[in-house]
Amino acid sequence: MDAQVSLLDQLLGAGLLFDTGVDGLYGRAGVFEDVVAGIERMVIAFGREDQAEVLRFPPGMNRAHFEASGYMKSFPHLAGTVHCFCGDEAAHGQLLGELAKGEDWTHGQKASDIVITPAACYPLYPLVAKRGRLKPQGGLFDLCSYCFRHEPSTDPARMQMFRMREYVRVGSPEQVMAFRQDWIERGKAFVTALELPHEVDLANDPFFGRGGRLASSSQREQGLKFELLIPVNSVVKPTACLSFNYHQDHFGELWGIEQHDGTKAHTACVGFGLERITLALFRHHGFDVKAWPAGVRTALGLA
Amino acid sequence: MQAEIRAKVLELLGAQVDLKGLSDESDLYDAGLTSFASVQLMLALEDYFGVEFPERMLNRRTFSSIANIIASVNELALEKAA
Repeated sequence: MDAQVSLLDQLLGAGLLFDTGVDGLYGRAGVFEDVVAGIERMVIAFGREDQAEVLRFPPGMNRAHFEASGYMKSFPHLAGTVHCFCGDEAAHGQLLGELAKGEDWTHGQKASDIVITPAACYPLYPLVAKRGRLKPQGGLFDLCSYCFRHEPSTDPARMQMFRMREYVRVGSPEQVMAFRQDWIERGKAFVTALELPHEVDLANDPFFGRGGRLASSSQREQGLKFELLIPVNSVVKPTACLSFNYHQDHFGELWGIEQHDGTKAHTACVGFGLERITLALFRHHGFDVKAWPAGVRTALGLA
Repeated sequence: MQAEIRAKVLELLGAQVDLKGLSDESDLYDAGLTSFASVQLMLALEDYFGVEFPERMLNRRTFSSIANIIASVNELALEKAA
């Protein structure tokens, strides 16, 4: 049995996560959620002085916005779409027959107008664009959503449905780069307060296919993505628990988001993987939250 | 072959960026070539010439100028012919 299965089995055995029969889809225990809530309080505290505008979207987004985002160009293998039954009574009868026989009943399902949110910030950009030109100080947003990525795995840190909390900065290149640099430092302080071993490293997104290798190397060469890594399942391949991303004017161009002077806005974001940070805490401080170091409990507001 | 490569590169590249006023050495990223467009260009070149860009060529520099793209395709075409 490898280390990944082992950690998952330990978490399931301890009743911190609940098996659903699907790899990467788990129920969370109250203790687990207490820790998630503590992390969220810390995220708010670390960003409080910036007075971000809080926005919450459900974990589904407008399919038209998803299509326009270009997500299918880069990550077709990760996307999840919501399909529904739209047939008549005859089609319903056929569906029930197929279900009863254990046959494929999903072939008649039609795409709805909703796609499962792939990243918490995706619904934000069209909204910001619709509001018109930014103020000279740009914009700062606080987002959190359950997200979906189709990558079944027995690594508990690679869930298919998980919560991503983000601060997103929209403005001039200087404003968004300063934001990202600031958050790399805050991110280190954040996990230091949680007494977790970590390192920040250059990274790339998991772009699809061979062409994706070119996109990945291009992203690295330009230093667009950094991750804060913590050993969760593996010391050799630590897990990205926070990420710091500079999108250049990608979303500004795509959605027509304009700075106060009419030039295209640049964007950057810091993302917190809430389940991943939580798992890192259980991995390093043990499964008994009451026995965690006092400093960690205080930081999380659990004391 | 050289002429065919040059013509095809310019044709496929022209679908991604405006080639007007660009020299063989001009920076294509400055001219508006996006990362995704460079991927599309690479796949189209592979398809047309029956070659595969190896790992060592999967970087920004390979697609940063007309001269670099042509040099890379020439190299791959020669390797294929050898």
